[in-house]
Amino acid sequence: MSDVLIRAKGLSVGFPIGGGLFKKQVLKAVDNVSLDIEKGSFFGLVGESGSGKTTLGRALLKAAPITAGGAHYSDGEVDYDLENITKDQLKDYRKRAQLIFQDPYAALSPRMTVRDIIAEPLEVMKLTKNRQETDARVREIAAKCRLNLEHLRRFPHAFSGGQRQRISIARALVSAPKFIVADESVAALDVSIQADVLNLLKQIQSDMGLTFMFISHDLSVVAHTCDHVAVMYLGRLVETAPTRKLFAAPRHPYTKALFSAIPSLDPDDRGSAQKLVGEIPSPTNQPSGCKFHTRCPFAIDHCKQVEPKLETDGTGHDVACHRWKELMAPQAA
Amino acid sequence: MTALIDVENLTLKFRTDEGLITAVDNVSFSLGTGEVMGLVGESGSGKSVTAKALMHLNAKNAVYTPESKITLHTESGPVDVLSLKTPRELNIVRGGAVSMIFQEPMASFAPAISIGKQMVEQLQLHGDYTKEQAKRWSIEMLDRVGISDAPKRFEQYAFELSGGMRQRAMIAMALSTQPKLLIADEPTTALDVTIQAQVIDLMKDLVEEFQMGIVFITHDLGVVAQTADKVNVMYLGRMIEEGPVREVIRNPKHPYTQGLLAALPKLDDLDSPLTPVPGDIPSPLERPSGCVFHTRCSKIVGDICKAADPKDRVIDETHKVACHIYDEVPA
Ligand SMILES: Nc1ncnc2c1ncn2[C@@H]1O[C@H](COP(=O)(O)OP(=O)(O)O)[C@@H](O)[C@H]1O
Ligand SMILES: Nc1ncnc2c1ncn2[C@@H]1O[C@H](COP(=O)(O)OP(=O)(O)O)[C@@H](O)[C@H]1O
Ligand code: SF4
Ligand code: SF4
Ligand SMILES: [Mg+2]
Ligand SMILES: [Mg+2]
Repeated sequence: MSDVLIRAKGLSVGFPIGGGLFKKQVLKAVDNVSLDIEKGSFFGLVGESGSGKTTLGRALLKAAPITAGGAHYSDGEVDYDLENITKDQLKDYRKRAQLIFQDPYAALSPRMTVRDIIAEPLEVMKLTKNRQETDARVREIAAKCRLNLEHLRRFPHAFSGGQRQRISIARALVSAPKFIVADESVAALDVSIQADVLNLLKQIQSDMGLTFMFISHDLSVVAHTCDHVAVMYLGRLVETAPTRKLFAAPRHPYTKALFSAIPSLDPDDRGSAQKLVGEIPSPTNQPSGCKFHTRCPFAIDHCKQVEPKLETDGTGHDVACHRWKELMAPQAA
Repeated sequence: MTALIDVENLTLKFRTDEGLITAVDNVSFSLGTGEVMGLVGESGSGKSVTAKALMHLNAKNAVYTPESKITLHTESGPVDVLSLKTPRELNIVRGGAVSMIFQEPMASFAPAISIGKQMVEQLQLHGDYTKEQAKRWSIEMLDRVGISDAPKRFEQYAFELSGGMRQRAMIAMALSTQPKLLIADEPTTALDVTIQAQVIDLMKDLVEEFQMGIVFITHDLGVVAQTADKVNVMYLGRMIEEGPVREVIRNPKHPYTQGLLAALPKLDDLDSPLTPVPGDIPSPLERPSGCVFHTRCSKIVGDICKAADPKDRVIDETHKVACHIYDEVPA
């Protein structure tokens, strides 16, 4: 394989929930996920809410408990097994892997100046020797994120949504990370500004040689920004492929349904969508076999009994569906 | 199609600690029965407060100019909405002839009262129903919007339902009084695309069936293309363009509408770069002079844009735009 930054193997995250004293129930938020995130890529993660995107992203940041399987991080300088990372390694990993939050309004402390917000990770992780070095680093990163130096003295409430998101990005970048998880980072922004923040992220990625995991419910945004996309459903990876391949010829019925639900900009193309019925089941009450079978228009008995494995076709386009080949055949269309 | 609501010269300001801010600036539009109007614009442009004005529902610090006029046409004649005062008078536009649904369905439901009880109360408030009739009709509505096991849901609380079901329950409640006008304020924004598609379908069916008019507020032009007959675009309280949905989406005239469309990531063209509308939306406390969009406009035609508020230009009978680029034709 080429240069892989993070390789997840059978990664699972379970949360203990309620239940009695003796029978502890576990909510499987991420279930046996294997994937490779290549160095320098913009890796998209999509799926309905509740599918486990945030939890997977957090697990890769070592901010959610890995309960089975694991993930290997290797950036050329260090090699860590996230599932049994040591305390010292974790301290180092924290500066290499960072999160950009969704909500630019909630994420920033209103009582801190923009300078202090951006500088905080440096100070907490003791990454700079003195204030001059910190200031120099803050100014450098602020400029990269197209923030004015005069902005640094102000408080975040003085800024618009787009500017606040640039502040969050600067804060995530200040420790010179290699890996960034951007969780719905443009979801709260208006379209007119969204494009600006997306362009900024792409710019930064290529300038600084970063690797992004980009979590989004907006498939059009993912199509435009990511080079590889993984689709999750109820904790499982159901399909993953290079972006263009995925959008040109999705294989999993769930992926197809997601794509066809995107509202078309053409007023004359109404109602042509192949509608998905029902909602994603609760992870505490998971369907047997293929987890999608309760909503899949193509489910057969076999699907209810046997869970499909992720099949690799050697071109990086993997899918977990018993029937994908037969459904892709021209006569099935 | 008959006239349903006419909004004329609506100007709405709010008293705040920092002074009087203009949230809606001289907006006029009309809507007929069975017509769906998409109201779009970025956050802060005044969509929600315009919608609330139709129900005379804005906060206490709202100030309407004397020229502002909203007329609702009902079976018993025209109603001057902004002159309604007592709760009894206001009933007609708050759950009676006009109903509203929101982005967050929990806003419509009191957490400690069952869905059924709230539906029954609302029906009895707005119509001549016995408790039994109100219950039967409520369950029928829940069923109608695609909620399975409606008699059971009727007894449940909103928090017990999934997000999609809650959205449907809210729609059922809003429509149970058979309003003539439904105001939908970003009803699908918080939903997954899959559920959004279901809700959009449902709303289309209901318009067809009930022949009501809908003001559909959204910032998603795809949703507009899928639902609206006509589109009004707002920016900083100004209605900057309006027209039939095909016209506005395929042949946008205002630089802001053009910018919004260009900024959208399009699935059928993954190679085109994303083009943001430059700059940020100004604070309402710093409303630009002249054309409110001039601080971000890439087509600015000169000092006139900074000095004079552009009047509506008529592109054709139904398509209007407020921009100095176009030859002045009195609206
Ligand atoms: N800390 C937690 N404790 C218990 N359940 C959780 C926790 N975090 C997430 N979950 C559950 O895990 C599932 C996946 O959630 P999440 O990763 O947030 O999905 P997504 O980001 O795709 O919407 C959901 O059912 C959610 O309720
Ligand atoms: N009660 C209020 N007091 C002061 N300002 C208000 C009040 N309600 C709304 N506004 C302001 O009016 C403007 C328009 O708001 P709104 O209609 O909610 O925008 P939109 O729905 O388009 O996002 C905003 O600047 C908002 O801050
Ligand atoms: S395995 Fe069966 S149920 Fe699952 S997606 Fe494929 S066809 Fe549908
Ligand atoms: S009036 Fe001038 S500034 Fe305003 S949109 Fe038209 S060209 Fe741009
Ligand atoms: Mg999430
Ligand atoms: Mg609003």
